Order: sequence, then C-alpha cells, then structure tokens
Amino acid sequence: MTAPTEAPRPAAVDTVERRGDKTFSRLAVGAGTAILIALAAVAIFLVAQSLPAIVAPAGSFRGTEGDFWQYVAPLAFGTVWAAALALIMAVPIAVGIALFISHYAPRKLAQPLGYIIDLLAAVPSVVYGLWGITVLAPATVPLYEWLAENAGWFPLFAGPASGTGRTVLTVAIVLAVMVLPIITALTREVFVQTPTLNQEAAYALGATWWEMVRMAVFPYARSGIISASMLGLGRALGETMAVAMVLSPSAIISFAVIQSENPSTIAANIALNFPESAGIQVNALIATGLVLFVITLIVNSLARYIVNRHERSLESR
Amino acid sequence: MNTKRAGSLTALLAAGAIVLSGCAANETATDSPEPGATSDAPSTLSGTLVGAGSSAVGAAQTAWIADFQMQNPDVTVTYDPTGSGAGRETFQGGGSDFAGTDRAFNDEEIAAGGFQACAPDSGIVQLPLYISPIAIIFNVEGVETLNMTPEVVAGIFAEEITNWSDPAIAELNEGVELPDAAITPVHRSDDSGTTENFTDYLFQAAPDVWTFEPDGVWPLESGEAAQGTSGVVDAVTNGTNTIGYADASRAGGLGTVAVEVAGEFVPFSPEAAAAIVDASEFVEGRPDFDLSIDLNRDPETAAYPVVLVAYLVGCETYADPAKAELVKAYFTYMASEEGQANAAENAGAAPISSTLFDRVTAAIDVIG
Repeated sequence: MTAPTEAPRPAAVDTVERRGDKTFSRLAVGAGTAILIALAAVAIFLVAQSLPAIVAPAGSFRGTEGDFWQYVAPLAFGTVWAAALALIMAVPIAVGIALFISHYAPRKLAQPLGYIIDLLAAVPSVVYGLWGITVLAPATVPLYEWLAENAGWFPLFAGPASGTGRTVLTVAIVLAVMVLPIITALTREVFVQTPTLNQEAAYALGATWWEMVRMAVFPYARSGIISASMLGLGRALGETMAVAMVLSPSAIISFAVIQSENPSTIAANIALNFPESAGIQVNALIATGLVLFVITLIVNSLARYIVNRHERSLESR
Repeated sequence: MNTKRAGSLTALLAAGAIVLSGCAANETATDSPEPGATSDAPSTLSGTLVGAGSSAVGAAQTAWIADFQMQNPDVTVTYDPTGSGAGRETFQGGGSDFAGTDRAFNDEEIAAGGFQACAPDSGIVQLPLYISPIAIIFNVEGVETLNMTPEVVAGIFAEEITNWSDPAIAELNEGVELPDAAITPVHRSDDSGTTENFTDYLFQAAPDVWTFEPDGVWPLESGEAAQGTSGVVDAVTNGTNTIGYADASRAGGLGTVAVEVAGEFVPFSPEAAAAIVDASEFVEGRPDFDLSIDLNRDPETAAYPVVLVAYLVGCETYADPAKAELVKAYFTYMASEEGQANAAENAGAAPISSTLFDRVTAAIDVIG
C-alpha cells in the first residue's frame, strides 16, 4: 500500500470517440463523484446534528457535570488509548508473520498460512466480542491479579485488578487480533515485492539472511508497513461491537490497564447509549461521532505525510 | 463465447424470476388465512399496528404479538425494541401507534403534547402492563441466598462495603460462610431502564447511603460495567465474588439477595413484585386513564421493591378510528389473564393483580 500515483494518461491518438469509451468514462467519473458526495453528506449531517450539543451549557449531559468537551474527553482518550495498545501488540507480530510467510516459510506452508490469516479478517467483530467475554476475559483474570501484585508499582499495572478481566488491556488484545490480518496481508504483499536484485546484492556482500532482511527488505517496505499499520489503526479506532461487549467502561481518563474502571471508546459509547437516548443526548452522541471522524482524519493525514516524506527521502537517495 | 454468456445471463434472470415468484406465492398464502384454522369466533379485526420502545418489553411483546396474531389473523402487529427514549419520541412524532416505555411520560412531556397519532386535544393512556422483578444476583462459591438491608445493598454498589466478610453483611446472615474477598459490583454500561429502577430503589430505600438521583446511566465512575442484561449476567457468572442486578428471569443458577422490607427479608417472586404496585400510589393529577405509578420502594408491607414497571402507551382518541379499535383489542389482550400469563411464561414478568386489572380495564374502555 503506497500513495496512489497518477496513472499515465494515454496519448490522444485515436480521436474517434466510441460509445463504450464514453459510457465507461462517465461511469468512472460518476463513481468518483459519488464517494465525495457521500463523504460530504456524512460530514454535513455530523456537523449539523452536533452543533446543539457543542454549544449546550455545562451540565446538560448525563454522566458529567461539565460541558460537551468534558463529556467527550475521556471517550476520545479511550478510543486512541485502546487502539494504540492494540497496534503496539499487533504490528510486531504482523510484521513477523508477514516476513515468515514471504521469506522464511517453505512454500508448502506459506500459502495455507496466508489463507488462514485472510480468514481471520472475515470473522465478524461480534464473534470476536463473544470470544472476548467468554474466553479471553476470564482467562486473563489470574494474569491481571499476578500483575497487580507483582508489578503494581508500575502505573500501567496499578491495582486493584478487575475481577472479571473485562479491562482495556483485554479489549486491546481482541482489537490486536482483529487488525492482525489486515496488517499482515498488506505487509506480506510489500515484502514479496522487494526487488530480487537488492536481495541478491545483499547476499553478494556477504550478508546473512537476517542482515539481508534488515538491509534490503525493511527499508524497501517501510512505507508499506506504516500504511498497513494505519489501516489497522483505522479499524481499531472505529471498532464498536467488540469493545462495547468486552469493555467495562466508565467516564474517566486513566492509564491503568487492568482495573475495572476503563475509559470507554467513542464508537462503543454511541452503541451503548444511543437506544435509550433522547433530545440533546442524541446530539451529544452524534457530536462524539464527529470527534471520531476528525481523529480518524488526523491519523490518516499523518500516515500519508509520513509515507510521502519517506518516499521522497528514498527517491533523493 | 458471446452467445454463451448471453445464455447464462438469461438463465440467471429466469432463476431470479422463479425465486421471486416463489416469494410472492408464499406471501399470499400467509396473508389469506385458511378457513377453519382460527378460533371458534372468527375475528373481524384487520389492519396493521406499529409499536416501538423499551427493549425490556421486547421478549413479552414477541410472545404477545404471536398469540394475538393467532387470534386475529388479519391483524399485523410489529414492535421495534429501539429503547424507551426512542420509543417515546417515535410515538410522539406519530411514527408508531403505541409505545412501550420503562417510565411513563411525565407532566412536562404530556403538557408539551403534540402526539401526532392522536386526535387533537386527546390525552394519552398509560398502562403498567409489564411488571418485571429485578434480581440482585451474586456469584460467591457455596452461597445461594443472602439477606441484605437496602443500606447494605447501597453500600456495596457505592463501594463503601468492599469485602464479603464485612460485618454489615455477616450480621444479617448468621451461619453463612462468606469469603474474605473483595466484592466486584457489576452494573450496566448502557443506558437502561433496569438501572433507572434499581437506582430509584436504592435512592428511595437507602437515602442515607445512596445519594445519587435515579438515572438510566450509572452515576458512579467506579465498579465493573457490562453491556445489557446478558453482559451483566455473564460478567457475574464468569467473574468471582461478583454482584450485579438483572431481570429476574435471567437469574437462573446464580445466588440472589432477599432484601429487607418492613422488617422482613423478601426474596423476589412474581407475587411479591406485583404486590409492590398495589402498595404504591398512582401519580397525582392525572386523568383516570393515565395509570402512571409512583412506585413506593419502601412500603409498609412485605412486597418485593426492586421491580421494573414498563408502560404501554396509546392515545385516548386516535386520529384514525380504525387504529383505535386495533389498539383497544391489543391492549385488552395484553391486560387479560391470558396475556399476562403469556408474558410470565415467556419473559418472566409478574402478572398484574386483580385490583390493577380492574383499573386497567376501565382505562382501556376510554380508548376511542
């Protein structure tokens, strides 16, 4: 996954316009416009519905004394925090799997493994949620208790440990499993495309396998890894169902990852509270949606910027 | 190649047509009932009735609708369990013919009026037709039931009592061996009528300990939270030394709390839950057909005070007389012994008492 480059335009040799050409070009333009219209419609809806909540005086929201920004702050924090934890766990593993498939595994093993990874991506998030609450959460309880007892001095693992295991760390593990296939599939594609010439050259210089990977594969694939991670991050930021099911949320900002009280995420909070909301509370929830929209936009732009800068530095070499 | 493709396209179209016509044929079959399939007195009612609202009533509505449609084959009733708030808004906006809600419309909402489905100047009929006990469930090994005063329950959920071996619990339960372990209280993470009724109980029965106003959103930041009734039951079951609150029909297998009322410890039961409604007063200043109840959670008699009462709301006078007839029939069915027994069996509701039944019947007669 690299930044889309402009396709070279065909030279206008044939001036005769065929009907098929015309239809196709109109269809393509139509498709391109439709996505812009859809995006604009969503943005307009979000802004229009959010305004009443954003200008509402302090104390009009349930669960907080403050104004809208105080309402959304813990949610925005929780969204980024859970997604970041997930990414920290997922990226190294995903890169490892991708590298194993592309460069280490025997061909017989590599292909089925690739299929299995793709299969993980097809599992609906509600199933991950069920797995999270029935299997993962109870299984983590002893670990969390041990952590609280032995590593409680470290702020992340401050006790008391949750009695049910439904913490932000459990959520992050579930999210990590969910984003793993995306990141793996994309990075594998990039690894495979490393020019054979570069790899052979590294060997020719006497590099070992690991040195070859470090010298030839990683530099070539760096922007691809970043893009893949950002796509994964996008999914983690917006994940609703699994978080709503697994997390034990409250309206706080806290870095402790094994307690009962965890910051909730924007998407999960909307899912949990929309059904029983009315009036200004609905506007508040939509406004949090707008905040998520903005966060996603910032993350994507940042990723695009990093990738572009990296590509430029590659070219200038 | 081209002809081959065209051929397969035609085949696809033909297949699609067959499938679609299959659907249509099916529908006509269900729409026109076979003669003799219905009860002895064939119903003359026909039409569509749309309801929306509380998800707590969802299971009961499913059972009611199935039974009611069996008796009235030409009537279609739908109920969309979107939630109480959404249900009230939909009804007010005229999007539904009746609403199910965990709390009755309050004075301001009624004064604001503008009920689109109703005739101008019509009042609204609010009937407490779904009474559901909320069980306080816990998971402590080897303990099946515990006695607690409202103050102890409030203390646990406010996290003032944090250990199962706390003397406040122990002195109410002599002979029960309680572990020296931390209590994990579990509450709902979503906005819910169950939470609103539970906090209302704590607020009314233990005002010294529980100082938070009743609300559908849990007022404290501490404690474990889980999504929906299933989430809470799951968290309590899978966790250790947990305590939570959930619809009593879902308490199976877990320990339950008998709460102290008027000097007695009352475990939840349908009869005790229905009794609390009779021990309470109707909201003052409402017309006879508005049976909003001011639940008295701290009664003089031994009734089970932790209940959720959901209302079915319709118009006094409908803009469309045909709707009025349908609503009347459906409400009559829900209030009937048969309807209440159906809800008890399928949704774990507590059947309304005969005193309340008489009031409800009188109120339904007003609908026109």
